[in-house]
Amino acid sequence: MKIHLTSVFVDDQAKALRFYTEILGFVKKHDVPVGEKDRWLTLVSPEEPGGTELLLEPAGHPIVATYRDTLVKDGIPLAQFAVDDVTAEYERLRGLGVRFTQEPLDMGPVTTAVFDDTCGNLIQIASAAQSR
Amino acid sequence: MVAYPVVVADDLFKALADPTRRTILDELTEKSGQTLFEICSRLSMKHRLGISRQAVSQHLAVLEAAGLVETRREGRCKFHDLNTGPLRQIAERWLVPGTSGPKESAP
Repeated sequence: MKIHLTSVFVDDQAKALRFYTEILGFVKKHDVPVGEKDRWLTLVSPEEPGGTELLLEPAGHPIVATYRDTLVKDGIPLAQFAVDDVTAEYERLRGLGVRFTQEPLDMGPVTTAVFDDTCGNLIQIASAAQSR
Repeated sequence: MVAYPVVVADDLFKALADPTRRTILDELTEKSGQTLFEICSRLSMKHRLGISRQAVSQHLAVLEAAGLVETRREGRCKFHDLNTGPLRQIAERWLVPGTSGPKESAP
């Protein structure tokens, strides 16, 4: 068994595609119309074109808002992405206007930060501790 | 009129009496303005405290009742700020201005 796909609920797929590609730097893998207005829209990392896909899933189900809003209020991220250097990525994203709810925090084996993806979710980025 | 400061003092000393709550204050001293998620991360990763999110939330409510923690909504997130103001009550209650404690007896 392999983890092939994971997903985040997004308010607006077109807006999410822009944020996740133009700001975060992922690339589109699949874009297939589903139903009247929804798309099967997945992304991959340019560093791993054959790797796990991220599905930008329409947040149409009525329970999604409650689920996400409650987690966001407490600052809980819904997905985690790996980066080489959280502090460098934090500076890069902040320069692009991304709002962070947690600045880079050294927690020993890992450094993390949390930002708002503007599509309804908080996302955590993490990097393993740099060898000193 | 007289009871009010006593109640406030009770809340304050109760809040400070717990080591986990003092650790939360330590972490907020390092950086004010943290989400519940960040406070939980710091307690579990930095301090190795095995404590549930619900328990941390209850500790924060006690700190907030004592006025040591204030919360604010920014966007859709709730942030916790440190307020050391109530600690002045402790200083003003027993410390006499202009002295540094009991006079030492001359040899």
